[in-house]
Amino acid sequence: MATVVPLAEAVAELVHDGDSVAMEGFTHLIPYAAGHEIIRQGRRDLTLIRMTPDLLYDQMIGMGCARRMIFSWGGNPGVGSLHRFRDAVQNRWPAPLEIEEHSHAGLANAYVAGASGLPFAVLRGYRGTDLPAHTANIKPITCPFTGEELTAVPAINPDVAVVHAQRADRRGNVQLWGITGVQKEAVLAARRSLVTVEEVVEELEPRPGAIVLPGWAITHVSEAPGGSHPSYSAGYSTRDNDFYLAWDEISRDRETFVAWMKEHVL
Amino acid sequence: MMTVAAARRLRDGQSCFVGIGLPSTAANLARRTSAPGLVLIYESGTIGAKPDLPPLSIGDGVLAETADAVISVPEIFNYWLQPGRIDVGFLGAAQIDRFGNINTTVIGPYDDPKVRLPGAGGAPEIAASCREVTVIVRQSRRAFVDRVDFVTSVGFGSGPGDRERLGLRGSGPRTVITDLGILEPDPVGCELVVTHLHPGVTLDQARAATGWELAAAPGLRETEPPTPDELAALRELTGRKP
Repeated sequence: MATVVPLAEAVAELVHDGDSVAMEGFTHLIPYAAGHEIIRQGRRDLTLIRMTPDLLYDQMIGMGCARRMIFSWGGNPGVGSLHRFRDAVQNRWPAPLEIEEHSHAGLANAYVAGASGLPFAVLRGYRGTDLPAHTANIKPITCPFTGEELTAVPAINPDVAVVHAQRADRRGNVQLWGITGVQKEAVLAARRSLVTVEEVVEELEPRPGAIVLPGWAITHVSEAPGGSHPSYSAGYSTRDNDFYLAWDEISRDRETFVAWMKEHVL
Repeated sequence: MMTVAAARRLRDGQSCFVGIGLPSTAANLARRTSAPGLVLIYESGTIGAKPDLPPLSIGDGVLAETADAVISVPEIFNYWLQPGRIDVGFLGAAQIDRFGNINTTVIGPYDDPKVRLPGAGGAPEIAASCREVTVIVRQSRRAFVDRVDFVTSVGFGSGPGDRERLGLRGSGPRTVITDLGILEPDPVGCELVVTHLHPGVTLDQARAATGWELAAAPGLRETEPPTPDELAALRELTGRKP
């Protein structure tokens, strides 16, 4: 049963040095507040898993939290490169970063397998690309019924999943809606989970198309109003596109980046 | 011209899996001009998005609010893209080669890259599974290379028959639109050849911006210049702040 606890307490209890951590949210509902708390608590050697490591992982990589990253698209959407990610891969700053690289379809299916309790997922993908040559976790598999050659990816079962949602009730049932990405799959695939929410309410009011994650499937819920900024929480906030554009300048230079993090996050 | 030419290639009523950036701008222009019934699909899970301004990212709120349906990311790839339900995949590229293979991963060696790019995202499976693919990319020797440094998304592999051998279901890149003209695969050899040059562009200019010996298709034509309506729609679209 999920317990509602303050964010600092939840992070201290759930995220340890060396853990594999999946922080999901596909453009929408990205758990920035939780990521910033992980940075403040100085976690190291994390394996960061995320389909679209955008600014949040750029910040965590630049602050030295990560040893490894599993991802499928690492850019600043509509803007350009993630400079801290690039600096880590190209120049090993502030530390070398190992990468395991997939396509969106591959990584989404790895989460589905993890949530389904299966050892791997199968998809019609990757064939003819150079990705299998560089990512050990992409293998060909023959369909036992038709003989067709397909692709297998192993399940992802992170130590911790962290997602952001609109609401929870006091018993820790979580409701989220809008673009739902792979948040449900990430939470159900993980050993432990933290959901930050815009607000904790007495009663969850039904919303069309919403997903409800029952409290008994979650470890902790923490209230973090505005916790998805500069991404957004439909019904509560809009995407701060100006910040995504500004990040290009802030993150380009190591010193400017560190100064910004000291002022706004630490 | 590039955006207008790309928009014209999309037909009314088609479903189009849109990448962010130039493809998204062109697809939104098409929806405002020649293809009002174009179904825009973004990998964030929005089907039938009708944004009134160009989104900065594939998950902007305006896409979800105006969509016919909003579904999860596993669903968009497994239920919609993989079975071949989508007519056109609309992609950008950092590098593209003579056989239409696309690189969005690294420039230089993978383990010691000169430039680390964002990576694959949805592109490999879009390129494999959509019925056809349109690529939009500025033409230069850096981008138009004989062989891409990394095959992120397959065009025609190393030539005729490769797509079939690999079991890729869509027909591959049918159109490559650049700021200089339009390239299409040669029906026999699958190599990209120039079929249209935009007004004022010469064949020599296009060749100078291409890293292989670019051939001209028989009956090479000039692209129709943008109409006042197309220009007005484009200015209205790009004049707005995302």
